[in-house]
This record gives sequence, C-alpha cells and structure tokens, in this order.
Amino acid sequence: MADKVFKVISRVFLALFVIAIIIPMLYIVVASFIDPVTLQNQGLTLDFKKWTLTAYQRVISNNMIWVGFLNAVIYSVLFTVISVAVTMLCAYPMSRRDFRGRGFFNAIFVITMFFGGGLIPTYLLISDLGLIDSVWAVVLPGAFSVWNMIIARTYYRSIPNELREAAAVDGAGDVIYFFKILMPLCKPIIAVLVLWQFVGMWNSYFDAMIYINTDIKQPLQLVLRSILIQNQPEPGMIADIQSTAARAQLAELLKYATIIISSLPLIAMYPFFQKYFESGVMVGSIKG
Amino acid sequence: MEAKARRGSLLLYLRQHWQLYVIFLGPALVITLLFKYVPMGGILIAFQNFNPIKGIVGSQWVGGYHFRRFLSSPDFMRYLVNTLKLSVYGLLWGFPFPIILAIFLNQIKSKGIKKKVQTILYMPNFVSVIVLCGMVRILLSVTGPVNGLFHSSINFMTIPEFFRPIYIISGIWQGAGWSSVMYTAALSNASKDLREAARLDGANIWQQLRVVDWPAIKDMVVIQFILSAGGIMSVGFEKAYALQTDMNMKSSEIIATYVYKKGLLDGDYSFSTAVGLFNTVINLILLIAVNKIVARMNDGNGI
Repeated sequence: MADKVFKVISRVFLALFVIAIIIPMLYIVVASFIDPVTLQNQGLTLDFKKWTLTAYQRVISNNMIWVGFLNAVIYSVLFTVISVAVTMLCAYPMSRRDFRGRGFFNAIFVITMFFGGGLIPTYLLISDLGLIDSVWAVVLPGAFSVWNMIIARTYYRSIPNELREAAAVDGAGDVIYFFKILMPLCKPIIAVLVLWQFVGMWNSYFDAMIYINTDIKQPLQLVLRSILIQNQPEPGMIADIQSTAARAQLAELLKYATIIISSLPLIAMYPFFQKYFESGVMVGSIKG
Repeated sequence: MEAKARRGSLLLYLRQHWQLYVIFLGPALVITLLFKYVPMGGILIAFQNFNPIKGIVGSQWVGGYHFRRFLSSPDFMRYLVNTLKLSVYGLLWGFPFPIILAIFLNQIKSKGIKKKVQTILYMPNFVSVIVLCGMVRILLSVTGPVNGLFHSSINFMTIPEFFRPIYIISGIWQGAGWSSVMYTAALSNASKDLREAARLDGANIWQQLRVVDWPAIKDMVVIQFILSAGGIMSVGFEKAYALQTDMNMKSSEIIATYVYKKGLLDGDYSFSTAVGLFNTVINLILLIAVNKIVARMNDGNGI
C-alpha cells in the first residue's frame, strides 16, 4: 500500500516538474510567431492566419544579433581553449606525488577558492594592465579554474603510474608523455571541461559588461540584455514603425524571437553533449 | 653538510624537472599570481581614500573609516539582510528539490522514460541568466500569460515582496534538474544486491529508502550542504541584477549589486572594496563554521 502511494506521488511530482519546465518554453515558442496585436489582446491562438514571421525577419536582419553571436563564439572558443589547456597542463605535475613543492603550490591555488581581492581591486588591475575594452579582460582572469584542476588531477591519478615509467624507459620525457600518451587517455574529462567552460562563458555577461565598452565587441548576452532586460531593442529593429503603441508591441514580440534565435545553437548542440552529462558528474564527484 | 647535500639534490631535481615547473605549472601559476594575488594586495585600498591618479602609494590612509561608514549605514544593513534572506531561503527551498527528483527518478524502471525525463529536467540549466530573466519578465508582465491566467494585472517585477519568490522559484526551475544529476548517478550506483535483498526481506518503500538510497547519497548531501551554506554570502550578481527594477530595489539590492554600483558606477573605490572585503571574510568564517558543525555531527568528517 505504502509502495503504491509512494509510486503515485513520485510520478505525479515528476510529471508536474516536467510540465512546469516545458510550458514556459512552449509559450515563448508559440508566442514568437503570433502577430503582436493579437497576442496582446487575445493571447496565444492556434488561428494560423494570425501567425507571422515578422519578429524573426526583424531580428535576423539586424546586425547586432549577428555581431553578438560572432563575438560570443570568439570569447567562448578562446576562453575554452586557454582554460582547458592551462588546467590540464597544471594538473599534471600536481597529480604526481613525487613533484617537489606540490603542497606549496596546492596551497597557493586552493587559497584563491576561498579568498580573493574582489571586484574593485580586480577591475583596477585590469585597467592598469590596459586591458579595458579588450577580449583578454574577459578571457584571461578566469582562465584557470582550481576546481577543474582538482578534477583533472583526480582523473590523472586513476591512470596507472607504470605507463609513465614505461614511457620514461623508452626515453619519453614529461612533455612527450603528456601529449602522446596521457592526453589521448583523457578525452572524456577534456570533453566535460570543454562543455562546462564553453557553456559558462557563452551564458555569462558580467565581465563583458564591466570591461567591454565598444558596441561591436559585445558578446551575445549583452545584446540580449539590452533587448530583454533593458527594453531597448536595437534601434534598427523598430525604427520604421510610427505609432508608439505599435512599436512597444513589436518590441515585446521581438523579445520572444530573440530568445528563440539566441537559444538555437545550444539546443542544436544539446543532444551532442548530453552523453557527457553523467560521465562529467562522475569525474566531478570524485574528491581530490 | 646535510643541508648542503639536500640543496644540491634539489638543484639537481629542478634541473632535471624544470619542464614541470615552467611548461606545466607555469601558465596556471602566472594567471593565479597576476589575476588573484595582485588584487589581494589591492585590498589595501579599503583602508585608504583611494585616488586612481595618485595610486596606492600616494593615496591617503584612513584606517577603518570606510568599514565604520557602511556598518553604521541603515542602507547597508538592509542589503546585508536582503543578501542573507535571498540565500538562506534559496537554500532551504532549493536544496531538497534535487534530492527528491533523484530519488523519484530512480524509481522509474524503464530506461527510455527515465532518459526522456532527464533530458527535459536538465535543459533549463543551459538557458543563460539573461534569457531566463527575460522569460521571467515576459511571463510575469502586466499583459503576460500569468496575469492572463488569473485575470489580474499585477506588475510583479515592481513589487519588492515578489522579488525573492521569483528569484528562488526560477532558480529551482532552472537548477534543480541539473543539481540532481550527481544524486541520480550515486543512486544508480547504489548496491543492487542490497536493494534486492531488502525487497526479498519484505522491506517496504520507506525502509528501502532508508537502508539503500539514503546511505548512497548521504555523504554527497552533506558535502553539498556545506558548500551551499558556506556560500551563503556569495549570492551571484548576474541574476539579481537582471531581475532588478527601480521599484523592487527594497528587496532586490544585495551586497554584490551594491558593490558594483558603489564601486564602478559611482567610483567610490575604497568604500566598495571595504564592503567586498567584509563580504569575503564573513563568507570564509561561515564556511569554516559550517564545516566544523557538520564534522561534529558526522563523526568528525567534514570536507
């Protein structure tokens, strides 16, 4: 009896949660196709005569969205490549128990997980380095993640030491061993880190907001921010509309289309990286 | 003699293994020292009236002036309380969901259905903060679907009382599924034999949960709780800022957004740094304290 009740409760709970996730997404998708006046007066409708692609045309034909996309790709790719490379490299000596100074360096790294200078001192440093309005201000400061290094280090330790000893006998130094033997064995963990870092950079906006001033250098999230949060659609998107009311309605509709278009790349990649979810969590959950 | 020999062997070691320090450790060390440790030195400006033109060396020292300034300010106290409420409520409401989801998911026998449910549960995690907050603003707008559903016209985003529920519920919507991944993984690795044995012994579902499922995730729950509780003062800037409106500031202004506005928008560098330092130190103390408490409860094992 108790089992049955539990079963019912658990299924209902999961079903409700899934519905709660899908409904808002579905609403945005459907609403993005509906004529703005109809949407405001009647809400969603399945009367396809009222459907329109206006919003999509306007968003797609606007340059800033594409500039944002391009910049987001540049920021995210640069960040991912640098960050994963630096992290994987650093984890190698840190994984070796015979590495002298390991405890010292470990302390240096771990301290930064709990204590830091904070926003203003970091900003002043970036400014002193002349990196304001530069890609590097967004990409470099967070490029080394201690947490990811610990995960990679744990992963290395699961690879038998004999491999390195055998390679050393064959005359392979650390560099050769690392690139020729260790890295090919680390594809799963590299895939996971690439996924985390890429998505993390793609979705963030704070660093770009404070360091990047020039419009054409803005990553997608900042372009989205002005449309979605600040209610300031790119001027070209609505400038030709005369009435203020119609302009406001259109601006609202543009938000829906903007959300959909900006989400397409990640949706397209979703099935591809989904297979790394669980393996990612498994490597992540091993404590260093 | 011995010290000399040790130094000699260290030099030999360094000569043999210089690559480990330069090629492997080097980049990470440079980034850490430059972008983490140099700003730690910059904390000194919290005790100055920092003037960017004069620099740290030339600026006037004022001791604890800025700390007294914000500690005696009623505004600051409200932001502190806002921060604490947001994260404590967020933790209390948000923490159980991933665990419940994982336990329920684990009850689904069909692999296909389980996989489909997981696919949907994980999806919101990949929605960016900006898009999430944009969706929230659309759905909750005066003419939006939520108001349409209840035939009301409440402007949710302008009412301070709604800020925390919006923040926390949207957080659960976005994060609960993803946070359940590791519990799900741990549960599916829980001993199948034990479950089978419990079932054969006639254990009902509650007994199974207690004997099989709970032990499989208990450590993880403890660790997650410590990490979350320790991070109570580090509520993220991005989401709070994207959900702020001029009208809901009374509950939506938190320390992170205050530090940003004071420091970067108003240019009050020293004051802002002092507030940030205060926040970091409280956070550190919390983390240590929670770890100690959990260690005592958990037979001496913290993290």
